Amino acid sequence: MRHLLSAADLDRDRALLILDTAAEMAALSDRSVKKLPTLRGRTVVNLFFEDSTRTRISFELAAKRLSADVINFAAKGSSVSKGESLKDTALTLEAMGADAVVIRHWDSGAPHRLAHANWIGGSVINAGDGTHEHPTQALLDAYTMRRHLRDGKGALEGVRVGIVGDILHSRVARSNVLLLQTLGAEVTLVAPPTLLPIGIETWPCEVSYDIDAVLPKVDAVMMLRVQQERMHAAYFPTAREYSSLYGLNGDRMRLLPDHAIVMHPGPMNRGMEISAEVADSDRAVMVEQVANGVSVRMAVLYLLLGGAKELSE
Amino acid sequence: MGSARTHDLRTVLSGDDIARASRRIAHEIVEKAKGASDLVLLGIPTRGVTLAHRIGAVISEIEGIQVPVGSLDITLYRDDLRLRPARALEETSIPEGGIDGKIVVLVDDVLFSGRTIRAALDALNDVGRPAAVRLAVLVDRGHRELPIRPDYVGKNIPTAATEQVRVHLLEIDGSDSVEISTKGEH
Repeated sequence: MRHLLSAADLDRDRALLILDTAAEMAALSDRSVKKLPTLRGRTVVNLFFEDSTRTRISFELAAKRLSADVINFAAKGSSVSKGESLKDTALTLEAMGADAVVIRHWDSGAPHRLAHANWIGGSVINAGDGTHEHPTQALLDAYTMRRHLRDGKGALEGVRVGIVGDILHSRVARSNVLLLQTLGAEVTLVAPPTLLPIGIETWPCEVSYDIDAVLPKVDAVMMLRVQQERMHAAYFPTAREYSSLYGLNGDRMRLLPDHAIVMHPGPMNRGMEISAEVADSDRAVMVEQVANGVSVRMAVLYLLLGGAKELSE
Repeated sequence: MGSARTHDLRTVLSGDDIARASRRIAHEIVEKAKGASDLVLLGIPTRGVTLAHRIGAVISEIEGIQVPVGSLDITLYRDDLRLRPARALEETSIPEGGIDGKIVVLVDDVLFSGRTIRAALDALNDVGRPAAVRLAVLVDRGHRELPIRPDYVGKNIPTAATEQVRVHLLEIDGSDSVEISTKGEH
């Protein structure tokens, strides 16, 4: 495996290898020296065309804990804002000897283009592209579910997951559906009809418009952020209506089975898709998701960059 | 090497030999450490961990106290990572109480080039600062490439560099034995 572009690229064995590797990486954070020499002398470029503080620093920390050199390349204030194309940016990074490019782009498919256009020789990791995919988020979500619901071992057979919110624009939902299906979990998407993509019936999951009917039957519920710009785009009448129909508040949380966890990829809008009571409750695992994100990204970087380059590709 | 034409497999240690060697190593460890109070045994996966647990059980039996036994995966510290595809990690578990100020005994099945132990010493450096680090191996087969030597050896077995030493342990392989085979026979 040279690139990580889509959660669909991962078969069950590869996905489990990443999760198992992440579990060993997680043990490192208990040590006084939180650093491994594994990627010494390798260069990882964080190429972020879209603002994303948490994903970028998560990748940065993961690369640094493996002793790689990290360069952060943000589109704002760079050559990209002066009109440079993705190709020329890529050729520049290649000339500087990047071993891996972690890319976040507003256009769906940009990482795929970067990986397959022969512009660069290194690995490409998709850190979120348009409304398409965000595979490392799906991996850290699966890792978090496995820790809480399956004792940190094996796959997610029979785990029931509800994903609630703006499915239409969510790369997190798409990657999660693909990966959770690979790992044997059962996914139900919950959203108003206006926030579901065309062709949703072909996705390997259930769809519901009724959050109250779904909550009692899931082991994990994942709330998606409603982006500010969507609130004025006629996907739903008002923010208050969305919140009362699809937001997770304390009363709704009590519909969940006792063991169920509440997840959110962040950043949260308290009072919108999730109430403060839920966000601060014992069931909420958001802070843990952040910590797990570093471990999962260390695992991905190690598995893509740690060994010999696959010459056969 | 004329006899190596057919499937050449010789057993160099039997199950009883392995049991006696582990028992002797346990006694030697305790003797040198003047007791078992500061000892921590760390096995190198996979068979080193099994051996460490066996030796730990013998020490507990003779000294009457439980010796902490853990495992130390050295994959991320290897010097040949870039020569092969990335490999899966094994478990690292450092016993509660850590290794600071302790006498750490690394346990592995076969000592060959010494590169694994070099990596293990680097890994230990990131875990803590032991008072001393010692090395116990079931088989020392020679051909060292680094200035590393074992403190406790089950058996010295001179080998040709092309031969393979295979350690089988009951817990993993179903029976105890050490065999030498000529490379390319399988």
